[in-house]
Amino acid sequence: MLRSLSRIRLVVVQVMVVSLFVTLLARLWYVQVVGGDSYHAAAQENTARTVEIPAPRGLIVDAEGRPLVTNRTSWVVTVDRDVFQQLRRPRRQALVHRLSRTLGLSRSEVIRRTKICGEPGAAKAPVCWNGSPYSPVPIAEDVSQTLAASILEQSEDYPGVLAEARKVRAYPAPFGINAAHIFGYNSPITSDELEAATSTGRAATSPLSVVGRSGLEASYNRYLSGRSGRREILVDSTGRVISSGRSVPPKPGHTLVTSLDVKLQAIAERELQRSIDVARETFDPVTSRNYVADSGSVIVMDATNGRVLAMASNPTYNPNLWVGGIEQADLDRLYSTRAGTPLLSRAMQGLFAPGSTFKPIMAAAALTSGYSTTDRLDCSSSYVVGDRVFKNYESAAYGTISFAQALQLSCDTFFYRIAHAKWLQAGGDSGDTSIRDVLVENAKRFGFGRRTGIDLPGEVAGRIADRAWKLSYWKANKDYFCKIGDQPGNDFQHVFAREFCVDGWRYRAGDAVNFSIGQGDTVLTPLQLAVAYAALSNGGTLWEPRVGKAIVDSDGELVRRIGRERASSVPVPARVLRYIDKALLGTGKVGTMAWKMGGFPLNQVKVRFKTGTSEVYGKQSTSWVASYDEQYVVIMQISQGGTGSGTSGESVRKIWEALYGVHGTRVDTRSAVQPGAHPPQGLPVFGPDGSISPPRGNRGG
Amino acid sequence: MATSTIVTSRTSRRVNVTETRGVWRRLDWMLVAPTVALLVIGSLLVWSATANDEGSARGADTAFLVRHVTNVAIGIALAGVIAATDHRWVRIWAPLVYLGAVGGLVAVLSPLGAVINGSRSWIIVGGLSLQPAEFAKLAVVAGMALLLAEKTETRRTETRLRSSDVVAALTIAAVPAVLILGQPDLGTLLVLMATVFGVVAVAGAPKRWLFALVGSAVAAAFAVVQLGLLEGYQLLRFEAFLDPTLDPRGAGYNTMQARIAIGNGGLFGQGLFSGSQTQAGFVPEQHTDFIYTVAGEELGLAGAGAIIVLFLALLWRVMRIAALADDMFGRLAAAGVACWFGFQAFQNIGMCLGIMPVTGVPLPLVSHGGTSMFATLMALGLLLNIHLRTERSLSAGVVLRGRVVRSRRF
Repeated sequence: MLRSLSRIRLVVVQVMVVSLFVTLLARLWYVQVVGGDSYHAAAQENTARTVEIPAPRGLIVDAEGRPLVTNRTSWVVTVDRDVFQQLRRPRRQALVHRLSRTLGLSRSEVIRRTKICGEPGAAKAPVCWNGSPYSPVPIAEDVSQTLAASILEQSEDYPGVLAEARKVRAYPAPFGINAAHIFGYNSPITSDELEAATSTGRAATSPLSVVGRSGLEASYNRYLSGRSGRREILVDSTGRVISSGRSVPPKPGHTLVTSLDVKLQAIAERELQRSIDVARETFDPVTSRNYVADSGSVIVMDATNGRVLAMASNPTYNPNLWVGGIEQADLDRLYSTRAGTPLLSRAMQGLFAPGSTFKPIMAAAALTSGYSTTDRLDCSSSYVVGDRVFKNYESAAYGTISFAQALQLSCDTFFYRIAHAKWLQAGGDSGDTSIRDVLVENAKRFGFGRRTGIDLPGEVAGRIADRAWKLSYWKANKDYFCKIGDQPGNDFQHVFAREFCVDGWRYRAGDAVNFSIGQGDTVLTPLQLAVAYAALSNGGTLWEPRVGKAIVDSDGELVRRIGRERASSVPVPARVLRYIDKALLGTGKVGTMAWKMGGFPLNQVKVRFKTGTSEVYGKQSTSWVASYDEQYVVIMQISQGGTGSGTSGESVRKIWEALYGVHGTRVDTRSAVQPGAHPPQGLPVFGPDGSISPPRGNRGG
Repeated sequence: MATSTIVTSRTSRRVNVTETRGVWRRLDWMLVAPTVALLVIGSLLVWSATANDEGSARGADTAFLVRHVTNVAIGIALAGVIAATDHRWVRIWAPLVYLGAVGGLVAVLSPLGAVINGSRSWIIVGGLSLQPAEFAKLAVVAGMALLLAEKTETRRTETRLRSSDVVAALTIAAVPAVLILGQPDLGTLLVLMATVFGVVAVAGAPKRWLFALVGSAVAAAFAVVQLGLLEGYQLLRFEAFLDPTLDPRGAGYNTMQARIAIGNGGLFGQGLFSGSQTQAGFVPEQHTDFIYTVAGEELGLAGAGAIIVLFLALLWRVMRIAALADDMFGRLAAAGVACWFGFQAFQNIGMCLGIMPVTGVPLPLVSHGGTSMFATLMALGLLLNIHLRTERSLSAGVVLRGRVVRSRRF
């Protein structure tokens, strides 16, 4: 009985075993024959990889072809995250240990560097990888070539680890120039950008690409970035290359030729620093301490076409900080007000009251709206508007003077009278905000209150404090001031708040007279002033400033010229412009710049000057020197820097001496920074071997 | 009872002495042939799976192959010893093997044990790593078979297995099972459970016991999941089994890559040493638990199917041995080995094919791994021993009948 039961049970077991194995056979057939094609494809996908080869970015050179921004080779150690995560724990630990030893990083640091930003356990950028999750993650940059070679040789000990030579930005800094605000900076492409680029079919972008984020790098990114190449390879599960397939070499980025001149840039930067140093040595009687001179800028521009020849902002930063990803601490410092926000380009992003440099614009307005060049007005020591007394600078009185003298001596009360009269003419304090004030409208025609259109990103527009602006400002702020006004107290702040609360929108006589000497709420960028003064020089054309001059491909073939661009024309008769021009010629001889220009051959190098000292509420005054001749415009501005001529007079003179090769009283344009004292018309010559020589036919021109 | 054993043994010894010369001829070649075929295929697959390790040239690295062939040789020697051992001695050795295996399992849980892939399953002694759980399968089969044989062969009137017998047999299995659960080694535990069930069933246990066994296994599985006794990686593996696309880089990776490798083989495979998945090392643990994927990719449906057919042939023969065995020990031991091999092979191949969850059990006779190879070949040695004895009994029918008659008379 037991025996037969056992036999039956055995048969049942036999049937079960057979059916299980038949199931296996059926499943095997299903996987291999029915699903074979898709698994075959999956197997190929497993081993086939496309390696992106990032294109080296294009060069940036100056007008003479001297390299300003180039590339250098940086050995980068990368980790393939796929492989890294698939490693068995002991092997992974061994790898981390080995990497930490060779790279001199702690083990936790090595692990943190393999993380993608945002995933659990990831550190802040740039320790975490902000780029594509599918590309190898760099864990060490700028390692020595010896170390890179040893990692490549012992690839079995470093599964998924590669050492690659990458091209990163280099700044050769000829003549010690910085120009960081012009060049701008790059940072690695983000995964969103990569996705966008891929979906729009722009295969030119690789996960290893960097993207221009500011300055020329950003505005000409399209040309500079080049086209990345690719190599198809077969890899094993540890990322080791088994064999290489088809490869497409990368196409390097185009070269950007700029109108900059490194020698001039170097002089401009040096002189800007010197002015700041001078200001910091100068005692400010108003605040009873030396000038802070927290920042400053200088612009040298071709007055005939708006091309920027030199432009500097101080304080500045080391552009190398951005290479390979900026550290958070450095980034914080670049943005911090304590460090003087060095990231901000004062020349095009700093807003300052123009002060007396505004007077030539006002004179042009007055002379085109009723006043005549023969008119003479009283330059009294003060001028009373309503119940307020507006004083002349240092309460000087010069008697009755002409427009030319008013400009040369920078007489405030002269312009107060004009502004007050024009304000009354326009309807005064009528409360009608649609009234267009002649002086204001004229200032707008010189380009103030709107962007110049320079080929650099981030430019600000500035502000013309007209009637409409006052109304909108009052609307935006009245609640705040009314609340302060409700509080008890009779000091300036409370009284002002109460008045503002009631009718702070009114365009009063005080606003009009302040406007006429570039004080009050009207602010502009030094670049806007440069464009306006260029218009005084060139007969009234406002050119869009340009840094880029041409795009040349890596073979030296011209891709495109970047032409000059006319923004608008100033509707001022040539006769008036000539009059102002002539008047400003006197500033250096008999006016506010004369004490700095002794012995300068002004008869040969006819530089027109206007100085300015604009008062800033709660701060020391901004110093300005604006100057031009038929060829160049030079503007220098120092924030909290004192008087224009006192602080920057010497420096601006040095720049002009360099521009024309002035040695003492002798002028030798052959020894000028730009030979012949003209910016080169042609482009540098790009040889087939990669050499760059200066433009032809430029000497002695 | 004691007398009966002695008499039986004396009789067999006498038979043994007279029939020794024909052993080679009477060896069960139907069992040996598929075994040798699987061993040869296994060696080739292990070679192919490991030849490309650590950057050496194709097929150049033979370190694993040498170790594997050495293991096979040792295993065959062990099997030979067991096959040639007197039947009586096998029954005496069985309890010692059992105690040794239990001792080994205890040692694994002690500080002597080493954790590999999440399980404390290994003892490493002087560079030699052993997995006592593999021996435990053999020990449980032999132990249970011996116990149930002793219980039933002495009773003449009883036609059924007593519940106390079943409880005693299950206790024999429970001790190593609990120790294996402590490692934890779920794969081995599953194989052990299938084996125990097979032995108890073939022993003729009452149906309610069989239902109770299945019921309690289901309840236990449910409880383990509900009480969260599973390790995180085990749950992940199970979820990945249900849906490998869930986490193709993590838990589902093994499953996906294994299936891609097998699917890549097609009808006739990519050729030995030429599977792209295999040679590029995408399937983890490919020379041990996932060895079948090498067959799938490099030998295709033809080769991988042949392995299944060879297993079928082997198992068919093992079950024939069980059916022909003249004593309860031989029948139960053979049936137990059949369930063990059958379920383990199904579990392993099913895991590679994605119809079973991933649990780390080797493919008998094929996977690389010393302990498993030794235990498997020792089990086959035991089967040869049983077969030899049956053969002997058949050829000496008078003696057999005489013994049976005699023992019945007692």
